Amino acid sequence: MAFYRSHVLVSVDPECLSRGAHDVIDALNDELIAQGLLDEVQVLETSRIGDPYRLGPDMLVYPENIHYANLSADDIPFLVEEHFLKGRVVEKFRAQEKAVSDEELGAPKPKEVRIVLRNCGKIDPHNIEDYIAEDGYQALASVITGMTPEQVIDEVMKSGLRGRGGAGFPAARKWQLCRQVADNPKYLTCNADEGDPGAFMNRRVLESDPHSVVEGMIIAAYAIGASMGYIYCRAEYPIAVQNLKIAIAQAHEFGFLGGNIFGTDFSFDLEVRMGAGAFVCGEETALIASIEGKRGEPRPRPPFPAVKGVWGKPTNNNNVETYAVVPQIILRGAEWYSSMGTEKSKGTKTFAIAGDVINTGLIEVPFGITLRDVIFEVGGGIKDGKHFKAIQTGGPMGGCLTSEHLDLPLDYEALTAAGSMMGSGGLIIMDDETCMVDMARFFMEFTQDESCGKCTPCRVGTRRILEVLEKICAGHGEAGDIETLEFLCNEVAKNSLCGLGQGAPNPVISMLKHFRSEYEAHIYEKKCPAKVCKALIRYEIQPATCTGCTVCARNCPVEAIEGERRLAHKIDVDKCIRCGICLQVCNFNAINVL
Amino acid sequence: MINNAEHRPESLAGEKDLAAIVESAVRKHGARADEFIPILLEINHEYGYIPGQAIRLARKLLHAPEDHILVSEGRLYGLASFYHMLHTEKNGRHVVQFCESAPCHVQGGRELWKSLQQTLGLKAGETGADGRFTLKTVSCLGVCGVGPVILVDDDLYGNVSPEQLADIFARYE
Repeated sequence: MAFYRSHVLVSVDPECLSRGAHDVIDALNDELIAQGLLDEVQVLETSRIGDPYRLGPDMLVYPENIHYANLSADDIPFLVEEHFLKGRVVEKFRAQEKAVSDEELGAPKPKEVRIVLRNCGKIDPHNIEDYIAEDGYQALASVITGMTPEQVIDEVMKSGLRGRGGAGFPAARKWQLCRQVADNPKYLTCNADEGDPGAFMNRRVLESDPHSVVEGMIIAAYAIGASMGYIYCRAEYPIAVQNLKIAIAQAHEFGFLGGNIFGTDFSFDLEVRMGAGAFVCGEETALIASIEGKRGEPRPRPPFPAVKGVWGKPTNNNNVETYAVVPQIILRGAEWYSSMGTEKSKGTKTFAIAGDVINTGLIEVPFGITLRDVIFEVGGGIKDGKHFKAIQTGGPMGGCLTSEHLDLPLDYEALTAAGSMMGSGGLIIMDDETCMVDMARFFMEFTQDESCGKCTPCRVGTRRILEVLEKICAGHGEAGDIETLEFLCNEVAKNSLCGLGQGAPNPVISMLKHFRSEYEAHIYEKKCPAKVCKALIRYEIQPATCTGCTVCARNCPVEAIEGERRLAHKIDVDKCIRCGICLQVCNFNAINVL
Repeated sequence: MINNAEHRPESLAGEKDLAAIVESAVRKHGARADEFIPILLEINHEYGYIPGQAIRLARKLLHAPEDHILVSEGRLYGLASFYHMLHTEKNGRHVVQFCESAPCHVQGGRELWKSLQQTLGLKAGETGADGRFTLKTVSCLGVCGVGPVILVDDDLYGNVSPEQLADIFARYE
């Protein structure tokens, strides 16, 4: 048996790959061979190691537990010589520890509690034995050999687990509804179509710890009496799809999937179904239609999928995170899980922080943490010294919250009461250089594009709302536009068939509520306070500061700048396309945006 | 920086036998309703897009009234035109997809989009006259931690700045 004195884990998630992780691994292997260390140092691929994201590719060296980050292939020869030959830690490559330190370092973190993310970056997702070593499939064993389906449902009910996909419906109650339907066969579906912009928690779990989802699904299938399950994963996550397929195959080998699991008469099989690029397929009835090989168009409910789902049969649908947590609840008990969180929102939730903060990435915290803590303590505050303006929660169907909401606890009820929603957990943070009208237009562009087209209020309504927003951003806003927006938003929200249409107006409504003055400035004063909307801003050269160096004039793509050498230059406002190049090339800060 | 690149076939439409691709896709996945989307995805990947002829060929192989599987060309075209990752029109040799969702937008996406259009000389949806690049926008790819993001064929690039574009595109003939 080979005895390795050192194990090196290198992260190969999409972010690190896009920054050259494979080149780093190749260089590492080459150097280890050159130094004759290949028998002593084992190189393993893993998924992302801790936070923050920006510093990949990174590696973790055991047994010393040293975390190196921001590596390139050129760094490797030096690293190998110093660390593996001379036994000296290379300080300059070490990852800077931020407020949120890695769970692997052992110290209790300020606000995080990692349950769903506990294995991410620590285990090899291609190796089921790694998962088993972390108590994997123990919960399944105890469920199948020692509990009845009713007892399982009971335990999950007591834990207070709510669906993590966005609606927050009590998971166990959903299972119960499906269990009670007298029809066969029953199906399980897992919604891995995470399409919310800014949400990538599910992606991490699927890539780094696919077995947690598999195990959770088998337990749920046992509770409901399902015989077949589908994990509907978006095609934009190729690594997640690949790792899921490997995990399922291995689970089969070990007898956790297939016929007569653990020697009982419970049989269950799992398959991965890929999406093909349609955000609306994250809606459960559209998801089911897509599995059936149809256009992803939602259906009216009732009948709910629990009664009539895939192929018209009873189907239970849950999000990736909901399933991933189930084995832990079984293992550690409902009481443990419900001891965390707030009164109505129990347990922990993963959040993805994206946007204008210093630490973007994933966190997992108990419900109840304040927005202030999330943005400033965990997120590290707004980057580039700018100021916080707003945070969008719940993705394109959610609402925005402002500085008056900073002390709001993050839980289902509090967010809904404030006019937003939990959604899947994507948090987009915006600084003071963001135009809220532009952002509303942006979100509406997304939902309009993704609308399936089946029902008129959504198909036509979102287009009309978008037209008005585009008109305002282009400087053609007129009196009555805000009232038109309010009317349209109300109609679309009330009359759309599914959550996409019902939620599409939310960003517009909440941004109108909190930033009405910005809308009015666009319409009545034809000004964009955040200086974003191109049609409403002007670039102007300050004659007092301009030295006449001609750099801007030479770089202007539309030749809108005139001036003689050493004399103040001038921008022709009619020709200027507001591309910003002159601002970038000016060495004297002589250009202002008004 | 390369991701899980599956090499795109060097020469696409014209040199590949469309009928063979369709047949192999149907054989690989099976002629069942729940396999229609995987079949179309495969044809799209192997041929570069799904032309009308592919729909006709696929329909012949999938329509099996004696097994109660009724498939029309409209049904298949309805799928091909609904899902963003299925293309019904020919693209350039390389497809550049820019993530236009909010997180990338606020992390420099706005500026990058301007540069992208300038560097390629294309607007969204257009293919260059030389057939080299097609520029498209795409919805959130789920790698928001390294925004702004672009996808060239199957290769993912993160933290992209306008200065890097020329180098990135130089890798693609």
